Amino acid sequence: MELAGKVKEKNFILYKLKKSWLNYKTSISRTKTLNRSIGGNIVVFLMLVILGGFMVMPLVYAVVSAFKPLDELFIFPPRFTVNNPTLKNFKLIGQLSGALWVPYSRYIFNSVFVSVVGTAGNVIVSSMAAYPLAKNDFPGKKLLFKLVTVSLLFSGGVLGLVQYIVISKLGMINTYWALLLPAMATPMGLFLMKQFMEGISTSLLEAARIDGMHEFGIYWRIVMPNVKPAWLTLIIFAFQGMWSMTGGNFIYKESLKMFPTALAQIQSGGIARAGVASAANLVMLIPPVVIFLLTQSSIMETMAHAGIKE
Amino acid sequence: MKEKLIWTYRLFFPKKIKSNLSLKQRIKMNKSNYLLIAPYFTLFTLFTVIPVIASITLGFTYFNMLNIPKFIGLSNYVSVFLNDEVFLLAVKNTIVFAFITGPISYILCFLLAWFINDLPRFLRTVLTLVFYAPSLSGNLFMIWQFIFSDDQYGLVNSVLMTIGGMGIIQDPIKWFTDAKYIMITLIIVQLWLSLGAGFLALGAGFKTVDRSIYEAGVMDGVKNRFQELIYITVPSMKRQMLFAAVMQISSSFAVGNISIQLAGFPSTNYAGHTIMTHIYDYGSVRYDMGYACAISTILLLVMLLTNKLITTLLMERD
Repeated sequence: MELAGKVKEKNFILYKLKKSWLNYKTSISRTKTLNRSIGGNIVVFLMLVILGGFMVMPLVYAVVSAFKPLDELFIFPPRFTVNNPTLKNFKLIGQLSGALWVPYSRYIFNSVFVSVVGTAGNVIVSSMAAYPLAKNDFPGKKLLFKLVTVSLLFSGGVLGLVQYIVISKLGMINTYWALLLPAMATPMGLFLMKQFMEGISTSLLEAARIDGMHEFGIYWRIVMPNVKPAWLTLIIFAFQGMWSMTGGNFIYKESLKMFPTALAQIQSGGIARAGVASAANLVMLIPPVVIFLLTQSSIMETMAHAGIKE
Repeated sequence: MKEKLIWTYRLFFPKKIKSNLSLKQRIKMNKSNYLLIAPYFTLFTLFTVIPVIASITLGFTYFNMLNIPKFIGLSNYVSVFLNDEVFLLAVKNTIVFAFITGPISYILCFLLAWFINDLPRFLRTVLTLVFYAPSLSGNLFMIWQFIFSDDQYGLVNSVLMTIGGMGIIQDPIKWFTDAKYIMITLIIVQLWLSLGAGFLALGAGFKTVDRSIYEAGVMDGVKNRFQELIYITVPSMKRQMLFAAVMQISSSFAVGNISIQLAGFPSTNYAGHTIMTHIYDYGSVRYDMGYACAISTILLLVMLLTNKLITTLLMERD
């Protein structure tokens, strides 16, 4: 009796296994193996390893050197592994910046403040302009958007010098306006928001208009919630630019300087500070990476709309 | 009957209401639209439009930031092309960057985006982050200083010196200070840095292609993934490819900061000198703003024309 039960159970398990294997096979053939040969997979895998290795190798080296004690930094030949990982480099960032004239919490506050305000400003200013350009019709609309797309064709860095003259004429040197205002009206921001907003249904906006909603209300209460992926994407683009900003050209007052400037001062210690420099770079990388991971799925959705069309 | 006909006609061809209004009335009617775009276009005018105009005008003057700009006609442009040998060197290096780094980085973006598109979701997210990480942080490229360090503790030097027991080279190469190697080293770093917004756009482009098109392709005789790429994927994501091309081209023309940071300024024999570092030299070091603006204008025009050329070339094949 007991034996029969066991056999039955075994058969049942076998049956289950077989079924799930079949399910697995069909699901694979349905989703994956379209035009995919094993030979091709191997070629693609090898190329991914080679190209990806080139991309990853320096990152790994940066992470490893951040945890290396000083004596391991200067072994010949240098290694990709660390024998006695230490947090000393990370502690040294605090100690070294503690020796600076202004407490380093002040630099961190400055960077966080400028990044957050600049990013929020960029999202709001760009999307506010993007909504009428995408959904409404008014004189001059085409010309204005053309201006923005043309400015997308050259890198903003070329204008840095003249921007400096404009900013100094406006009396914004040594204030955060010099960093915040130019960062708020980026061609990229307007372009991304506008392309995405074109997908909103016009009838939705018409309905709101018939209900007596003001244009600003439509923008804030209807358009913005509908384009969440677009502004999440813009947040990461804006933040990564603001966060690594040193502001060296515009800010000369020590207590207003940014965190990257303070880190650069630590790193200027040369080769002996290699470990601390790597640790500092890793610390700098944490906020953008966190934001990137939080917004990752939205980025893919938004960038799909980022095509240029005539 | 007649009324009904007109009614049907109007249903398909509605009367344009706006054409009856004058421009002034239309502007008044759209007041709230103009209010919404006002902040953006005020800032855009201040920090993009005015700088472009100022850059073009100041290019015709002598301006040292202290005195009033003095009009000197075309002489800045004349001396840029005829008397400035360093500028010609910078042009040569910038062209090398644009024509080597631009296309290679584009291919790199495209291939990596294509490869990781087939992977499971989690792995794809991780790899996207890892490939994009160099663009996420402004200073991360400084790690190359230690990889291409000019003593034997540098990673590349030590590998080259120990390979096969004796090594390919006997003495460490000074990657960032030996004029022979500066360009190749900077190109490698620039390639590493170049997976930016264009890479994300391409990745998104691959994801937008509908699976049913691939299935239809199999019916029509698409046999392997390369045919699939050429006949189905590329035509479906043309817009993203164009966007990525513009991004890659602009950034490879604008190489300058990494040269100053890694090879120093000025680099040995100006071997890593680009148009951007030349602008920095005349603008921020010598305060010859007029001259620097003339160079900025030239670079601006070159970027615009190249991108215009690329977009029209790719658009026309539709």
